[in-house]
Amino acid sequence: MIHPIPPGTRDILPAEMQELRRLEARLAEAFESAGYGEVATPTIEYHEVLARGDVRGAPAAYRFFDERGELLAMRSDMTIPIARLVASRFANAEPPFRFFYLGNAYRAIRPQRGQMREFMQAGVELIGADAPQGTAEVVEVLVAALDAAGLSRAVIGLGDADLYRQLLDEVGVEAEPHDRILDCLATHDLVGLREQVEELDGIEDHHREALVRLATLRGGSEVIAEAQALGGDAVERASGRLQATFDELANRGVSDRVQLDLGLLRDLGYYTGAILEVYDPALGHILGGGGRYDELMGRFGRGLPAAGFALYLERVHIAQAEEERLS
Amino acid sequence: MMTGVAGPTRALPEGRLKLAVPRGALFDVTVEAIEAAGYDVSELRGDSRSLVFEVGELTLVTMRPSDVPTYVEAGAAELGITGKDVLMEQYDRVVYELLDLGFGACRMVLAGRVGDERLGESERRLGAMRIATKYPRTAHRYFEQTGRQAEVIEVKGSVELAPLVGLADGIVDLVDTGRTLAENDLEVREEIATSSARLIGNRIAHKLRGAEVDELADKLRMVTAR
Repeated sequence: MIHPIPPGTRDILPAEMQELRRLEARLAEAFESAGYGEVATPTIEYHEVLARGDVRGAPAAYRFFDERGELLAMRSDMTIPIARLVASRFANAEPPFRFFYLGNAYRAIRPQRGQMREFMQAGVELIGADAPQGTAEVVEVLVAALDAAGLSRAVIGLGDADLYRQLLDEVGVEAEPHDRILDCLATHDLVGLREQVEELDGIEDHHREALVRLATLRGGSEVIAEAQALGGDAVERASGRLQATFDELANRGVSDRVQLDLGLLRDLGYYTGAILEVYDPALGHILGGGGRYDELMGRFGRGLPAAGFALYLERVHIAQAEEERLS
Repeated sequence: MMTGVAGPTRALPEGRLKLAVPRGALFDVTVEAIEAAGYDVSELRGDSRSLVFEVGELTLVTMRPSDVPTYVEAGAAELGITGKDVLMEQYDRVVYELLDLGFGACRMVLAGRVGDERLGESERRLGAMRIATKYPRTAHRYFEQTGRQAEVIEVKGSVELAPLVGLADGIVDLVDTGRTLAENDLEVREEIATSSARLIGNRIAHKLRGAEVDELADKLRMVTAR
């Protein structure tokens, strides 16, 4: 007899589980040798706690009432639970804190075309270390993790979450078109971006050009100069942040694994400054992402700069299989 | 927007850049644009039954327009050309929308029968309009955004039939010249959106094969309206 399981969930059988566990062990070893300690947090949290971390992401979580009528939610990532953990369990300890995790997370999506409601994540959080050193350390650990997984061709996209927000403020774009433009970027709609920018009233042509052009600037360190040529304070500041991080990455010998990308914007609400995405040529989807979230800890009452990343374990596994097949 | 995490994925092989080309109404204009961009497309114009063509440094893969986002999102094709109507209907696909190609222009409209007030009457007396469409998600979103209730009925074939035989009070459909509407005694009541052909790109290819992607986009930009 066939007993169904909910769409977007799956069983894992021994052959795959064995490979996933092996991958987890390699990643854990890479994280540990970089000085990170493993933590685990509950799968369910108070909804109020998760919503404190990310108002926009909170509605996507599965929510339910417990027997006392408390509203609970399934975690949609590990970053917010770890922020909560640091604020409450390490309230008086001296930062920085280095934690890694291997765990499942949940997103309430309409499960069509194979999107998963439950998925495995592996990642790190570095809490209490400022940009650019903190960011560079996280990228270095990410490179070590990708190498440990055998994905030596994987590339890390490095962008700046504040660039467009600050540029739009500088140019004087109001709330509504402001959000629409950010939405176009987050959904990779460059045609929509161009249309929105063309419709803006009373802004100068070079600002228009900057808003359209920056979204397509990606590559090596040369894109920083190309961005600066477009002018403006916001661009100058973001370029400075990217250059400082890139220099620090060069010191650590991992800058050749990084692609600078001025059009990068991730859809989670808590990112500030650097943002990361992971690409492998064997796979059409991103393997993971991350960045800085310098304001997140403050929402939990312990203002500390922080950065981290999460890899989608199942996708890393598929990329491993594809890389093996291609080689 | 929270996009969730997609499950099945496909390899993004290296080598020739694959461009998904839409069959159907957009086919001829798309082939013309590719030719104007400097490629020899004579093979595509023949009555060959093949689905895959090697043209210059590109591999062209022909398919239904509504399949283009599927192939591009998964990375089975790095780039693709399809209508904005298809992208609106499949709005949660994670692909780069790179270029408005200008051709294939048409409108997504709400249409009702000429001189027939059933659309308004159903809404007033029954609480919802009955709308037949091949674009159920676009229709749902439109009525939601305009604060109205509609019972959206998905059909696969000639949608004009639905109001004629009483399946629906009106239709949401793509119109070009409006001749099909007129022939079926239908008229445009509201314009929902305009559409034209778009160049779309896979998210990873946009990063890891950026130079090639930008080069083809630039070539197509030069020979199309925008």
